[in-house]
Amino acid sequence: MKNFLLNKKWLILIFVVLTIAVLTTFLPTDKEEVVYVYTARHYGIEPVFIEFTNETGIVVKHTTASDAALRERIKAEGRHTNADVYITVDAGNLWLAVKDGLLRTIESSVVEKNIPANLRDPENQWFALTERVRTILYHPDRVSPEELSTYEALADPKWYGRLLMRPATHPYTQSLVASLIVAHGEEESEKIVRGWVANNPTLIDSDTRILETLAAGKGDVAIANHYYLGRLLESNPEFPVRIFWANQNVGERGAHVNITGVGVTKYSKNYQNAIRFVEWLSSPRGQKLFADSNHEFPANPTVEPHSIIAGFGSFVRDPINLTEYGRLQGAAVKLLNRVGYR
Amino acid sequence: MKSSSNGFIKSNRYLNWLPTLPLVPFLVALFVVLPVIVVASSLFTPNREIWEHLWSTILPEMTRNSIMLVVGVGFGTLILGVSLAWLVTAYNFPGRNTFEWLLILPMAIPTYILGFVYMATFDFAGPVQTFLRSHFDNLAWFPEIRSGGGAILVMTLVLYPYVYLLAKAGFQEQSQNYIDSARTMGYRPLKIFFKLALPLARPSIAAGVLLAIMEALTDFATVRFFNFPTFSDGILRIWHGLMDLPAASELAGLVAIFALILILGEQTLRGRSRFFQSTGKAQGISKISLNGFKAWIATLVCSLVIIISFFLPVAQLFSWTLLELGNLDANVFAVYTEFAFNSIKLSFLAAIFATAIGLILASAIRSSKSKFGFFLGKLATIGYAIPGAVIGVGIILLLSFIDHSLNEVYIWLGGTAIGLVFTGSLIGLIYAYIVRFMAVSFNSVDSSLQKIKPNVTSAARVLGANQWRVTWQIHLPLITPGIFVGFIMVFVDVMKELPVTAMLRPFGYDTLAVWVWQMAAESIWTGAALPALAIVATGLLPVYILTRVFSSSKS
Ligand SMILES: [Fe+2]
Repeated sequence: MKNFLLNKKWLILIFVVLTIAVLTTFLPTDKEEVVYVYTARHYGIEPVFIEFTNETGIVVKHTTASDAALRERIKAEGRHTNADVYITVDAGNLWLAVKDGLLRTIESSVVEKNIPANLRDPENQWFALTERVRTILYHPDRVSPEELSTYEALADPKWYGRLLMRPATHPYTQSLVASLIVAHGEEESEKIVRGWVANNPTLIDSDTRILETLAAGKGDVAIANHYYLGRLLESNPEFPVRIFWANQNVGERGAHVNITGVGVTKYSKNYQNAIRFVEWLSSPRGQKLFADSNHEFPANPTVEPHSIIAGFGSFVRDPINLTEYGRLQGAAVKLLNRVGYR
Repeated sequence: MKSSSNGFIKSNRYLNWLPTLPLVPFLVALFVVLPVIVVASSLFTPNREIWEHLWSTILPEMTRNSIMLVVGVGFGTLILGVSLAWLVTAYNFPGRNTFEWLLILPMAIPTYILGFVYMATFDFAGPVQTFLRSHFDNLAWFPEIRSGGGAILVMTLVLYPYVYLLAKAGFQEQSQNYIDSARTMGYRPLKIFFKLALPLARPSIAAGVLLAIMEALTDFATVRFFNFPTFSDGILRIWHGLMDLPAASELAGLVAIFALILILGEQTLRGRSRFFQSTGKAQGISKISLNGFKAWIATLVCSLVIIISFFLPVAQLFSWTLLELGNLDANVFAVYTEFAFNSIKLSFLAAIFATAIGLILASAIRSSKSKFGFFLGKLATIGYAIPGAVIGVGIILLLSFIDHSLNEVYIWLGGTAIGLVFTGSLIGLIYAYIVRFMAVSFNSVDSSLQKIKPNVTSAARVLGANQWRVTWQIHLPLITPGIFVGFIMVFVDVMKELPVTAMLRPFGYDTLAVWVWQMAAESIWTGAALPALAIVATGLLPVYILTRVFSSSKS
């Protein structure tokens, strides 16, 4: 019994200390220039934000969560939201944010100069920071590049048991299928995806693991984002997987590109700082840091891509309107469900 | 003396009316269930088109998988948890004292961490298969870890401590007399276990299994690693993929109803247990010493469980951390200390509030004795059966509504807008944890309360003690083990919690779990390893301290 009382006192003491600790976190901090960022991309962003603060004195405060959760939060917080800037890794999410009225027009000649029009929202409610290419990767011991051509061709039965893909839950798969729908219509796309499924692909919910599995000897061909190979090559230049730019022949639409994009929230309270922040991100300095942190292609054409991905060679991009990924995401998911792609 | 005591009873009757109505449980349950109601309200306006699509495509498979998961994890944790708890409570064998608390440790590992460790270790590209491939030509016999079986295995390994802890508390709370007299009457140990100890501990065991099942049902990260879509995964597929939050909430609402049935089912299981605890402090069961072969088997079994579920994965995390050491920033220690402090702070606050509210709710229901009050109590625990992401949405909708109303009132009074007070604050976050983990604290307290003989309470009430005195002076000491077990489990649960934390935390308020997830989502195992170890380490300390205090070897 005594033991218990002793513990109760301890608990009360700890509780009091913690309560004080919590209350102190509510104390107002010194008035400083800030920009609040809600970001769904989290890999390698801190150094970029710190550099921005060093150059401008504006402190970047950020929080990360899933795209949908962040959008839901901005929506519910409405005109009292703290968020100034929304960063996401899929154009579909930006389309949804625009549809829900969460963003505002970015009035900046700097951004318009830095970022080409096809990588910006028609009303400038968002623009791309970087491009990422979802393409075909293969093991050179088991596949020669002559055997490869298009995403569609992977539905050929000769790839039975040889494919590695990402599950239907991931936006990467969904956007790819949305791009098929734009190119071929739903009926034809369904046939293509059925062909993939008939080839019994190994589904792994991690592009890195897909490439590692390919390297270890399971499967011969994968669909993955280019920068995962960049990352693996950086730590091991001998990594035995090669990249193949899909759909490059004459009359084909080009490789499937998605973006990391940024928008300024409708009710941003630090609008000036938000504009300075996104302008800096579109500038050569910001672009270089942001793109290289994840081996992505800078949206600003004056900025050189990282040497590793520059080594992948040049390629033609699917000229699709990026907002289609958002508009057709629901259709793509239903299609995937219908054909049994899990 | 007699007349004055009579007068005391009389005057107190008027004070007593309040707790006898289920008003307190009603208010508390409302507080806890409100965010769930906010999201589940879309059940009343179902979207037919989406449901037809789901029913003709992925819903049957998800239903099948969810049932498999519930049955698999339920049986797995039941067998592992109960047998280990009985072993350390009723027997002495080499290392027993150490195993008693060691066996709780897997609880400190978040399911998704064990998930990715097992995945990265045992899948095709992992070290085990890579090693085997260099020695064998054909590895077709190697089980596919990325499967329902893998998910059930991993979840059983991290969730059995729930059953183990509660079963152990259940066995410890038993009066020594029953077991001892059965032993002197010459009953075989197995018979004593099945006929006496097990029925006596059944409320606690059922509560533990229920917790494990719910935890498995709401897991979204591990099942995704293992390509095993369950309802929880389906909810996210509908929300994120089909961009239909109302339809996702409808599925969540259906799962919650399914869970409510489970919860009420568990109660009927408990209803059949008619044993009560009468004395103040149980002496616990006196232990039989195992010798020779039997003793070594016991030691071996305990060692195997703890090695597979804890030491191997922790060793893997350590080796990843070592690989990462070269890349670490100089200030990484400060950063992780801050994350760890944030995690501990949240866990402690949430555990304190959840335990206190659970205690109030459980004892108010017990004193109200009404069917409605009983139902309210069960309803209040529903948050445990709902994926964190859905609760997060409910909390955001509710708090932002309050915040917006507050602002309007302020402006109407002539002030300026005060912005968001609750949304994105620690208050909102703690609130969400309480909603999510009420089942843990409530069930722990409630299962202990149920073992108190009703006439202990009645006697006190007849003597004029009011409800709160009954709770404080009579119940509290009797149910201390239950309270502490509930406290530990909420603490550790919050430590590991991910979707609610990610969604509701204040700006720049990162926790260890959030950091692990961000790394793991990018498959950067080596980067995830250090914060994962930190979660395990931070979770271990309270687990260790509190289990030492309530060790069965002490009396
Ligand atoms: Fe990615």
